[in-house]
Amino acid sequence: MSARVDMLDRFAVSPARRRTDRIARSLILAGTLIALVPLALIIYYLLKKGLGSWSSSFFTTDPTGNTFFRNESIGGIKSALLGTCEIVALAAAISVPAGVGVALWLVEYGRASRLAHVVRFFVDVLTGVPSIVFGLFIYIVLVVGTGSTFAGYKGSFALALLMLPIVIRSAEVILLLVPNALRESALALGAPRWRMIARVVLPTAAPGMVTGILLAVARAAGETAPLLFTAAYAKATTSSLGAFMNSLPVQIYNDVLSPTPRVEQRAWGAALTLVVLILLINLVARMFARRSRLA
Amino acid sequence: MESAAISGGGREVLSRSPLARLPDRALRFALTLLAALILALIVYFFVRLVGQARPAFAHEGVFGFVFNNDWNINAERFGALPLVVGTLITSALALLIGVPIALATALYTAELAHPRVRTPLTVLVELLAAVPSVVYGLWGILVLAPKLKGAEQWIADRLSWLPFIGGGSVTIPNYFVAGLILAIMILPIVSAISREVIATVPADHKEAALGLGATRWEMIRTAVLPYCRAGIVGGAMLGLGRAIGETIAVTIVIGDAPQLGSHLFGQGYTLAAVIANEFGEAQGVHRSALFAAGLVLFVLTLVVNGLARVLVRRASRGAAAPVLPTSVGGAVASAAATGA
Repeated sequence: MSARVDMLDRFAVSPARRRTDRIARSLILAGTLIALVPLALIIYYLLKKGLGSWSSSFFTTDPTGNTFFRNESIGGIKSALLGTCEIVALAAAISVPAGVGVALWLVEYGRASRLAHVVRFFVDVLTGVPSIVFGLFIYIVLVVGTGSTFAGYKGSFALALLMLPIVIRSAEVILLLVPNALRESALALGAPRWRMIARVVLPTAAPGMVTGILLAVARAAGETAPLLFTAAYAKATTSSLGAFMNSLPVQIYNDVLSPTPRVEQRAWGAALTLVVLILLINLVARMFARRSRLA
Repeated sequence: MESAAISGGGREVLSRSPLARLPDRALRFALTLLAALILALIVYFFVRLVGQARPAFAHEGVFGFVFNNDWNINAERFGALPLVVGTLITSALALLIGVPIALATALYTAELAHPRVRTPLTVLVELLAAVPSVVYGLWGILVLAPKLKGAEQWIADRLSWLPFIGGGSVTIPNYFVAGLILAIMILPIVSAISREVIATVPADHKEAALGLGATRWEMIRTAVLPYCRAGIVGGAMLGLGRAIGETIAVTIVIGDAPQLGSHLFGQGYTLAAVIANEFGEAQGVHRSALFAAGLVLFVLTLVVNGLARVLVRRASRGAAAPVLPTSVGGAVASAAATGA
């Protein structure tokens, strides 16, 4: 009995080592908790300051530009909300076919070829480009290049550039998960390659790809910088993508810079709307991820 | 075609007429063209950006543009040093504050946490990436910066003997707040990459350390951290790339002062912020100078991201198994997180 205790004593961790272990582990835990503090604070302030400005007229009126006279309404976020939806929808319409196409080429045709390596490298380059530089690109090509001015569709192109690498990368990951046995079965049954891609690969990968696409949409919806010199800012609601178009991030940016408390208040309301919108898209994206039978 | 020449046997039945092969060829051609088009587009953008920036470089000299400490629109002087330094200060602060915390969350979720809290914790940290830049800016300038001002002034007064930190009077928008906001913004990506790299440490190594009598921390220090050092550094550099290019949040909280701030709690400017703030009214050489700032930003992020990718790739190649996605959701989320 006593011999066993002696044995255990020899293996026991010395108090000093135990202390170091405990301190290190509590520091790691503390770091993790600190990481959650900003999230909690942001959510708290968004709800506290944002919910107050939500009302039915907040969502159904355009910003008026009246910030001086107390008895006049400053308006809401209707044009910004609709503008964001339109700009992002067009951006998705551009970037999704292009992105999925490139991913298909990478997985089904390019594989490990030299061109495929170069394309992957350039897609990586695109992911690192700051979003404001995308705005500059589109400004040079579509504003200076055409000698015209800002327009909603130009903002869409800037956001599409931003979404493109996200769509390509996530679609590629999913396409690689499609079992080769499925492809081989289709080919063995005599299906031509395009049919194999259209009827077997794409349907299998679709739910997973939707996840990546929605995450790209969520990111694009929150971007301000690419829109500043492409879609610019407008007060009135417009359905024409050829005109200056308002968007939630740009309106929030404009309102933050205003010194008027009422306008600040509108910025909080708009920010809460934007965050709720993005979280909803994220939620749907995760639902699709769960539905995917790959992996 | 060749098979038809051999004999009229079974291959003939299977081979398709040239017309039936047409859609296959068309699809292959179209997709290849699309992929090549992406390359062409990036090169084209780069060339056009250089073209737009050229007048500013001619005006100041490439070296002068980057290293002259003189950004004065009215005098048509465009030396971007205050902006370059502002970008470096804020990004360095972001790394200094953000990386240790991100590493702690990654270690906790990967090694220490109860399996049941792992997923919720990961999701919560990823939520930080879902908050848009402009909302960080809004919260930073209206809540965080005013609340921190007192504490900042206290530190500045206590450390008045320390150059760059103490002495001056604190302004609400300043370098430190910008760095702090950036630290929060890079947290999710650094944490996600670190977690992925930590997951590649073979269980054998960890069990060997524990089997030799190591405590959990000793196991982390001797088996986990050395194994994924390169990957963690790569993740931090991806965060750095993000911090350098971040625009709107920084523009809102940094104060738009185009001269070298005398201390940490004073107003400053960054490359990205100057573009967002001045581009609307810029004309002539000024506009070209902003394009040049964009070009410097582009090249800077390119170098940092390139290095980061090499490190992360090497780290995951060193692993027994490559970093392969374990689930669709995780794979796509991390692809989107690292890609975004």
